[in-house]
Amino acid sequence: MIAILSLTLLGAALGLLLGIAGRLLAVEANADVAGVESLLPGTNCGQCGFPGCAGAAAAMVSGAAPPGCCPPGGKAVALALAEKLGVSLDLSSVVDEGPKLAVVAEDLCIGCCRCLKYCPTDAILGAPKQIHNVLKEACTGCAACVEHCPTEALVMQPMPVSWQHWVMPKPAAA
Amino acid sequence: MGLMEKFFARSWGVHPRDYKRPAADAPVRVMPMPERLYLSLAQHLGAPARPVVLVGQTVKKGEKLADPQGAVSAAIHAPTSGVIAAIGEIPAPHPSGLPVQAVILEADGRDEWCESLKPCADPFGLDPDEISRRVADAGVVGMGGAAFPSALKLSSSRKAGVTTLVMNGGECEPYLSCDDRLMRDEAETIVDGIRLMLHAIGAKEALVGIEDNKPEAIAAMQKATAAHGNVHVRPIPARYPMGSEKQLVQTLTGREIPAGALPAEVGVAVHNVGTARAVSEAIRSGRPLVSRLLTVNGGCVGTPGNIVAPIGALVEEVIAFAGGIEGTPARLVMGGPMMGASLPHARIPVIKGTSGILALDAAQAHVRHEEACIRCASCARACPIQLMPLDIARHIRGGDLKGAVRLGLKDCIACGCCAYVCPAHIPLVQYFSHAKGSLAAEDRARQKTEATRKLAAARSERLAREAREKAEIAARRKAEREAAKAAAAAAAAASAKSAGEMSA
Repeated sequence: MIAILSLTLLGAALGLLLGIAGRLLAVEANADVAGVESLLPGTNCGQCGFPGCAGAAAAMVSGAAPPGCCPPGGKAVALALAEKLGVSLDLSSVVDEGPKLAVVAEDLCIGCCRCLKYCPTDAILGAPKQIHNVLKEACTGCAACVEHCPTEALVMQPMPVSWQHWVMPKPAAA
Repeated sequence: MGLMEKFFARSWGVHPRDYKRPAADAPVRVMPMPERLYLSLAQHLGAPARPVVLVGQTVKKGEKLADPQGAVSAAIHAPTSGVIAAIGEIPAPHPSGLPVQAVILEADGRDEWCESLKPCADPFGLDPDEISRRVADAGVVGMGGAAFPSALKLSSSRKAGVTTLVMNGGECEPYLSCDDRLMRDEAETIVDGIRLMLHAIGAKEALVGIEDNKPEAIAAMQKATAAHGNVHVRPIPARYPMGSEKQLVQTLTGREIPAGALPAEVGVAVHNVGTARAVSEAIRSGRPLVSRLLTVNGGCVGTPGNIVAPIGALVEEVIAFAGGIEGTPARLVMGGPMMGASLPHARIPVIKGTSGILALDAAQAHVRHEEACIRCASCARACPIQLMPLDIARHIRGGDLKGAVRLGLKDCIACGCCAYVCPAHIPLVQYFSHAKGSLAAEDRARQKTEATRKLAAARSERLAREAREKAEIAARRKAEREAAKAAAAAAAAASAKSAGEMSA
């Protein structure tokens, strides 16, 4: 009798404890959208096909988009996102053609200032009827400016490699 | 080395055949001034220098061509008198052969020193900070190969309260003998430079570590230091990489530099003996660093030896002076064979950190076919910092850089011992260089993303502010217009009223 009673009491008390602990120490089901968005470039270039970085972050958290869907972010951002979301990442699926840079063809630029309005990072310098230029350090390679140039003076080019930033190629496996 | 250490110390490093003689025993030759000098603006560690001369300008020998830029950088001076022919791109002394900015100087053949040099008769009366400043003005950088700006090392060592100055005369790389030659020929100048550095740092004593395969250099340095109680010559066993900072400090002082830390953490500063000579020259005669002693060696060099070459002379000119090329070199290397940079061609200039130029024949270049790892762990035994190269390389091969970092990739000094001993000829160091480069590239990408996110936020904030200001201005104008209209209406009503009164 005592055994049954004590076991019942013990079971009830432990069950209650477990219930309280389950409520108090609950783990958030998934990484929050804001956290994921903070890893993205934040330039809202729209190359991923979602409405801005916030839209892409929501799609990634819900699982509708893979972590490697951000072209300007490249592999570095994809890896950080995969870690945050806790999913495995197939690096071969990541579109990373290396960092890109918008370049102004000086013989074609007419100085119309139209592209300036579309650059999400204010990377294009220019004044009316003056040749424009792109700040290499600020350009994310999002290509938002390219389609707005009336003379096709803006083209995307791979970021030039300097010898300080050169990476030794991986040895071919035996 | 005590008996216990002899039997129980962990063996590290390798003992490659050194090929130092007969080049080390040949007397030093001075190279005549070439017609054109190519002075790279990025000869040192840190930010490239900024040119302060114009194309077409006439300069004297020793005149400043470029100012240091940023915290870690060094000035560059004219190695001879002449005219600036161009400022543009030349191939960098780097395996990639990518371009680097350079000042190109056309020599006029007169080789006249500029008059503004400041010699100093009593340098020990100078303030220690003044010595660092003069060393910076002379553009002196570490002559061992890494080319870290020396003045910065002196002043930061003083701030960190360094007590021991370790002088690196190890020269553990095979083939190279320029430090050996310098210690034999100019021991007095080197010791003077060491004493000046002690004064600049405020350190108590200097230990000069020289490998025991250089008995002549040890004898010359012992003779030169006999009169100075605070400079001691310490012969050390010849072993590669004994000239590596961490290994040398541990061998000489018994103190181990922690992972990721600088020698200053254990109260030590490490300088090369060649740097001491450059410091003495810079302080005593005020002459900047415009030439250096370097070893030209290898199976394809006509007469191997040590040569004083002006900074900016092309590798092909230096080799031609040293007796020319015999046969076809399998590999052209700037620096030592273990850690030097393999050059894509010979039209690349000598820089301040060039300790040697090697034209290796096929047997010396040792190009071998890679085979599968046999798990012999020779690499782990050879590693001077006790890493497990085979395991790290396995992670890198699989693309797991994080795993490689966990195993200590960042502590790797890229000495190449592991690849040297590997019986399967696995290019282990290349894996590590690749991984370190990739990690640095990822870091740069992350930093750029951070910076551009700030720019994007600043832009959207600006657009919102502009829209708000526009709305405010529009509202104010509207209010003004309405007020004006009301006033006009009131005035009209008043005038109508007064007109009515008049008519009444």
